Amino acid sequence: MLNIVVCAKAVPDPKDACKIKIDPATKTLMRCEVPMVLNQMDKNAMEAAIRMKEQSDARISVISMGPPQAGNTVKECLALGADQGFLLSDPAFGGADAYATAYTLAKGIEKIGPFDVILCGMASSDGSTEWVGPQIATFLDIPVVTMVREIVECEKELWKVKASMGHGYRLMEVKLPAVFTVTRELNQPRTLSFSGIIKARKKEITEWGLNDLGESAESVGLKGSPTIVSDLRTQDSKREVEIIEGTREDKAEQLVQKLADAGVLA
Amino acid sequence: MPVKCSLGIDKSQAFPADLPIPGSGPELFYASRITHHASRITHHASRFTFHVSRITFHVSRFTFHVSRFTFHASERIIMEHTYGPVWVIGEQVNCQVVTVSLQLVGRARTLADELNTSVEVVLLGNHMTDEHVQPLFAAGADRIYMGNDPALELYQPELFTEMIVKLAGDRRPEIMLIGSTFMGRELAPLVAARLDTGLTAHCIDLVLDKDKILEQIIPAYGGLISIVCPEKRPQMATVSKGVFPKPDPDETRTGEIVMLDVPTGMTQRINTLEIIREEPEGVSLESAPIVVAGGAGAGDIEGWQKIEELAKILNAGLGSTRPAVDEGWIELETMIGQSGKMVSPELYIGVGLSGELQHMVGIVGAQVMVAVNNDSKAPVFEQVDYGIVDDCREFVPVLIEKIREHQEKQLTC
Ligand SMILES: Cc1cc2nc3c(=O)[nH]c(=O)nc-3n(C[C@H](O)[C@H](O)[C@H](O)COP(=O)(O)OP(=O)(O)OC[C@H]3O[C@@H](n4cnc5c(N)ncnc54)[C@H](O)[C@@H]3O)c2cc1C
Repeated sequence: MLNIVVCAKAVPDPKDACKIKIDPATKTLMRCEVPMVLNQMDKNAMEAAIRMKEQSDARISVISMGPPQAGNTVKECLALGADQGFLLSDPAFGGADAYATAYTLAKGIEKIGPFDVILCGMASSDGSTEWVGPQIATFLDIPVVTMVREIVECEKELWKVKASMGHGYRLMEVKLPAVFTVTRELNQPRTLSFSGIIKARKKEITEWGLNDLGESAESVGLKGSPTIVSDLRTQDSKREVEIIEGTREDKAEQLVQKLADAGVLA
Repeated sequence: MPVKCSLGIDKSQAFPADLPIPGSGPELFYASRITHHASRITHHASRFTFHVSRITFHVSRFTFHVSRFTFHASERIIMEHTYGPVWVIGEQVNCQVVTVSLQLVGRARTLADELNTSVEVVLLGNHMTDEHVQPLFAAGADRIYMGNDPALELYQPELFTEMIVKLAGDRRPEIMLIGSTFMGRELAPLVAARLDTGLTAHCIDLVLDKDKILEQIIPAYGGLISIVCPEKRPQMATVSKGVFPKPDPDETRTGEIVMLDVPTGMTQRINTLEIIREEPEGVSLESAPIVVAGGAGAGDIEGWQKIEELAKILNAGLGSTRPAVDEGWIELETMIGQSGKMVSPELYIGVGLSGELQHMVGIVGAQVMVAVNNDSKAPVFEQVDYGIVDDCREFVPVLIEKIREHQEKQLTC
């Protein structure tokens, strides 16, 4: 049986993301004001897992680190088709950078049990570092391919995948167990079905804190993070704007004229 | 790196080349001169111990103890650091060093001069000659660690990581810069986790603070934030092409090339079979004199197609914001901004986008900037020269018409 782990993150709804403020005291993000949703590219990871399960005998575990509200994200993945859910939640996990996040997730994944394939979204919409997948792989001492856009062969232990490279790709051969971070191009995620939601009600979410992972507070969260936010500043290189007024036609005509005068309308 | 120290008067004791830390019990030293970093030592005991191997001590009558990881310093003790090199992980395509590597070497030079240290580049590939690496010296590198081997012909994640990690263990760089290329974005987190240090993604500036700690600047939440990695070394950052200018080459500069051996007997669990680079179609975003960028305000694919048409008639590069990519209107490669492309056109026209900094930092030194947005309060209007407050779905077709008229007029006269 293929043991698949999907790493899912609850992120502030990108539509409201601009409301997020930095807490001036702790210099970490105050995420709670904005509704949390499942990170977009984690949906692609979830979809990839479901398709693998449709093709062969597999079990999908979904794991998320976050505040208790992130439980909803895990639940959403259960409704999409994951078999079991794990939420790593503890005040000590707060303020983690990518390194501490990957470390904590790696510890959680080890605790779940044997794994063959770990799937992550290429990046989260709020952090966008792309580091968590590769660093999970490092902490688990297994290989990783980032930005996977196509799974070419997935029989047995040796998989072949195509990884996105802007224009072009690289073709990689990987021995399982391995981490794959996936892009949007990999698939079209399905939407939640009513029957899925009903089935998810019966599925358990296991919640683990610091003690369950057997970790010290120094190795997780803000304390376990090598990087910290040291300073906030405003961006001041602002231009003097001229708002062009008039009817639609006028505005368009004036704009063309101004750009032509400035010599930029080649 | 051996610790240098100037010795004190009475009962002075030399530091051994490698300090016995964690200690075999407390050690007593006598200090001879006082430094200005005293408060930092007392407040950052753990940082001190980390830095121990690259610190010059001026020691005299002030006593301090080094025992295990604790450091008890008198308020007035002064220390002087000697810094490890500033590193750039170079990248080449068909033996040609890529632009972002040269740009990073330029910045590394500035940082290294401030730290009074050297710039070293690690460059892995095959069939590279001295000629291929000369641009790195001309850009400011002092030393190049070159791996030239068939095994390094293609980027191999595990092999590259291993070689860089091993060399970093020997050289102990203070700073390590990596281009936000497809290789760099994968390699950087692998190397950082192995070296047990921090890494900042997609920086838009890198400066040293008064304590010579690297401030890694990224846009966030309507402003800029500075990320630091105060204790762990190296301080690692990825940077996109175009964030720093390409330095003027100084062809008189030369440096040392040190050849690297490829480790043997390493079992690789992952293998790059081939790398296919395709030529992008259409106008190149990065070199286009005009860039039209569209955002969420396009509303739907039809709205987006109007923006596309605007780009086409202007022979402009077509750029995007993240929501446009998320909607599937356009591919990721066109995204402009912190985690996308950097562009420096003469004319930038932003249509239906709010002007979030993560996007706007991607437009560098545009001569003229225009925004079309139906919300007069959109932050984008504080960052452009001309603003059109209108529904882009209605306005863009009219604009296209006017541009067409203008172009026809130009042709006839
Ligand atoms: C770490 C990180 C990295 C990021 N990197 C990038 C990056 O590299 N590039 C990037 O683009 N984004 C990036 N983002 C996302 C970025 O923060 C913004 O979310 C994004 O740039 C907003 O895109 P937008 O302006 O198209 O959408 P919105 O912010 O939703 O703005 C849409 C605008 O369109 C206007 N509008 C709506 N309807 C119309 C209409 N009919 N006519 C005219 N105007 C209309 C609205 O008034 C609004 O101002 C990043 C985010 C994070 C957290």
